[in-house]
Amino acid sequence: MLNTMMSYLGSTVTPGEAGNQFWALIYVLIIFAGVSVAVMAMNWLERKALAHFQIRLGPMRVGPHGLLQPFADALKLMLKEDIIPSEADKMVFWVAPLIGLLAAFTVYTVIPFGPSQAVSDMNIGILFMLGVSSLGVLGIVTAGWASNSHYPLIGALRSSAQMVSYEVAMGLAVVSAIMMTSMNSTGTGTLSMIQIVQAQQHQGIWFLFKFFPLGFIAFVIFAIAMVAETNRAPFDMAEAESELTAGFHTEYSGLRWSLFMLAEYAAMIAVSSIAVTLWLGGWMRPFPNFLNAPAWGFFFSLFPGLTFAGLAAIAFIGTARMPSDSFFKIQRAGLAIFALLLAFLALVLFVVAIVGRNPDHRLLASFREGIDYVFWFVLKVAVFMYMFIWYRATWPRYRFDQLMRVGWKVLLPISLGVLILTAIVGVLVP
Amino acid sequence: MNDRMPTDKALPHAVTNLATSNLDLDAPDKPYLDSNELIINMGPQHPATHGVLRVILKLDGEKVLGTECVIGYLHRGVEKIAENRTYTMFNPYVDRMDYVAAVSNGLGYCQAVEKLLNVEAPPRANYIRVILTELNRIASHQLWLGTHALDIGAMTPLFYTFRDREEILKVFEKYCGARLTTHAFRIGGCQYETYAGFEKEVKNFLKFVAPKIDEYETLLTTNRIWLERTKNVGVISAADAIALGVTGPVLRASGVKWDIRKAIPYANYSDFDFDIPIGENGDTYDRYLVRMVEMRQSLRIIEQAVNGIPEGPIMAKVPKVIKPPVGEIYHSIEAPKGELGYFIVSDGSTQPYRLRVRPPSFVNLQALDIMVRGMLVADVVAVIGTLDIVLGEVDR
Repeated sequence: MLNTMMSYLGSTVTPGEAGNQFWALIYVLIIFAGVSVAVMAMNWLERKALAHFQIRLGPMRVGPHGLLQPFADALKLMLKEDIIPSEADKMVFWVAPLIGLLAAFTVYTVIPFGPSQAVSDMNIGILFMLGVSSLGVLGIVTAGWASNSHYPLIGALRSSAQMVSYEVAMGLAVVSAIMMTSMNSTGTGTLSMIQIVQAQQHQGIWFLFKFFPLGFIAFVIFAIAMVAETNRAPFDMAEAESELTAGFHTEYSGLRWSLFMLAEYAAMIAVSSIAVTLWLGGWMRPFPNFLNAPAWGFFFSLFPGLTFAGLAAIAFIGTARMPSDSFFKIQRAGLAIFALLLAFLALVLFVVAIVGRNPDHRLLASFREGIDYVFWFVLKVAVFMYMFIWYRATWPRYRFDQLMRVGWKVLLPISLGVLILTAIVGVLVP
Repeated sequence: MNDRMPTDKALPHAVTNLATSNLDLDAPDKPYLDSNELIINMGPQHPATHGVLRVILKLDGEKVLGTECVIGYLHRGVEKIAENRTYTMFNPYVDRMDYVAAVSNGLGYCQAVEKLLNVEAPPRANYIRVILTELNRIASHQLWLGTHALDIGAMTPLFYTFRDREEILKVFEKYCGARLTTHAFRIGGCQYETYAGFEKEVKNFLKFVAPKIDEYETLLTTNRIWLERTKNVGVISAADAIALGVTGPVLRASGVKWDIRKAIPYANYSDFDFDIPIGENGDTYDRYLVRMVEMRQSLRIIEQAVNGIPEGPIMAKVPKVIKPPVGEIYHSIEAPKGELGYFIVSDGSTQPYRLRVRPPSFVNLQALDIMVRGMLVADVVAVIGTLDIVLGEVDR
């Protein structure tokens, strides 16, 4: 037992590939916890960033700067009365949020946070991801149907039509990125998420810039389609608050409602991960081939520590700026502790980055590498998450027919054209 | 057009009654249960119906086949209350009708009673009235813009407009102690003299708010999604608008140049130089543009009024006990939402024999059905927003 556990350490393949079920389970648990925490953090960040867009402060009372607000929300949602409408189809009503949640979380099995930092490296990874994530619509449709009420039904119908039609454009954009993997020296193409990133590394270019502007257009199409796919503003037809009160989850409350929210945010992170993997070089740091001297490697490995040090500095400044009134004593202390925690993390990351340079420390060196990969991947995903918030603060909502028109008459032809052009250029350019 | 108008048939009180209501005009013989149409109930508790409006929608998928407005959830019997209060005592009640434009309501009422008494407010009082009423028009339009944009899905303008509306409410608060239901005017003039620094503060506000209006426009006017959501949505022709009695920005956006401030000037409005913006297509986008220009024109009026405010008394000679002669009077003003009229019948006592309000929101709301037929559900929300109704005024 211990042997199987230890034998995987330092391995360069995913636990799924190595056939190590113990570590696969550990990875699953880490990802599940990590995504849940990320959703909570995203919840807080969305409320704060949106508030600052809108000249408000956002949550300020629960914990310093509302840092504990997500926990308070989660607690409240768990303690709320569980209401199932008497006219609802109870069984389906009960199952619907679970379908959505399952679909949103299952895709994380193939998301590569690093060359070996994934649960499994499936050879049809991207196909698996698209397939499973499109199951999420089932949860929404069944929720709308089971509620046995008009608003959820309309919301569910809108959302299913929307998700299905945007999947087409999305799929075509993905295909054009996959076609890029098969070119140049790498030979045949691949559907494996890890090998897609490795193809970008070998070719020395993010697919975003490949065959400029073809890769870029495909990326933009995907970036638009993924907002529609996750039902976010300006395509949040399904839950258009001002029209359908809350769309498909109108009749849901408490824990079940929070499962829908969890699924929505998890799906946002998942589609952002696809975009990062396919076009933005996945876990790779900037210029891994061009600036490949060890000194540069060391320089870039300092970034995780620097980021946490920056966050700690912001938290310290926030502590200093808090009113000196004794009323804020606990809040100030809390924020200071949070800042110290961040500073400690920064310190640990610096130590790992510096000590891990020595390849003799085998474990620490591989740990350092892993941190590097995960950091760059998460950073790129975080940019997308911020964009989601930004969209929501800026744009009005599309009308249903306009949304369908954009999907079928604008995005689909363009993505088809890009696909064909990519194929032609790929054949012509050696 | 008459066949589209609500008839004298009873309002539906239960879904089973709907077959006889005006929702079924397109297919009067179709039995309700056999059709594939969906009847949904929007409101009275709905985030986008601006209060307690209830709209029953008949839908074919997303397409609206007909609507029926059910009102009265905020009915307080204001007109009946008027019959049991003296003219002076009733004055604060009118603030509670269109509570986002309380100053305009008060102006209309005070002027109607003044007309009945045959007194004329002194010029200084009129100038103060104009300044406050136009400030209130800007505040009302700002509130409209924020909520309208929110209905269409743009969250952010709401907070910007509320931030700037606050400055107007501060002026009101300093002038008369109240922010919303101001009771700023009295029969015969104004109760309060302007406070020290009033002119300066109003001028500062003018300087403050002009760039802010530009800021709202940068967010929306050329926004592609905003254009798609508002252009050719909720179109009403000038003829239809006139036939339905629609007034205010909704009428002007259809191309009819009708503004009571110009047509039948009151309260020294003839002293000021301002333009009446009109639209061409009568769609939601034109109504948006008209109101945006109106805010700027209001700034012009306020500027002229503040610079030319005369000295003198602020109260005309009005008897302590107001006992108008026997007679009746109709007086209307241009409120932010349209023509606000008061019809008062006096029997020579201290209380009105009958007081009838012609509220712009109530009349404009009738255009909802004609504007949304054949459109989509999302447009119903946009049209309710663009009509700029306040349920306190619709139901009274």
